Amino acid sequence: MTFEFSHFTAAVVFALCASTVFGITQRNNTRDMLRYGAYCFVLFVGGVIVASWAMWLLKH
Amino acid sequence: MANAQSPAVKTAAPPNSMAIIAPIAGWLLPGLGHFIQRRWIRGLLLMLAVFIMFFAGLGMQGKVYGFNTGDLLDILGFVGDVGSGLLYFIARAMDWGAGNIQRAVADYGTKYIVVAGLLNIISAVDAYHIAIGKKQ
Repeated sequence: MTFEFSHFTAAVVFALCASTVFGITQRNNTRDMLRYGAYCFVLFVGGVIVASWAMWLLKH
Repeated sequence: MANAQSPAVKTAAPPNSMAIIAPIAGWLLPGLGHFIQRRWIRGLLLMLAVFIMFFAGLGMQGKVYGFNTGDLLDILGFVGDVGSGLLYFIARAMDWGAGNIQRAVADYGTKYIVVAGLLNIISAVDAYHIAIGKKQ
């Protein structure tokens, strides 16, 4: 079985899994875990979008 | 300066067998270190995160590193992969993860597999912190 992820889908799946682990392991209570997980996810995906536009600008 | 009277300073529980068992169990099977300490939801989420990353990596035809003494990045790749515990050994035994240099996304798969191992190590350390009472 092979997956055909696009680059963006691969980045989002990566961000989701990593954020879940970071949220659970780096905070002590449920509310903080959710907040920190969401924060990490936004930073991961936001970083991908910013880097993508930066590369597009460099190319053009 | 913190002192013995400070409520912010938590004293760790004395060492117990769970402090040894939980991180080893968590390393062998992602989430198991939390399950044996009755952190069911956390364990399930950690297990899902590591399993999804590991098997998505294999699905993208990522490479599973074997033991090697070659290039530094290959050695580090092996160290990261071993963090997945039994998943790694099963993948090696089944000869999964041969890699495919013709697919760009296969390189992502290789990174997925390495990061799955690293996330599992973080999870095992978290199980240890719960076992010693440093974390709820």
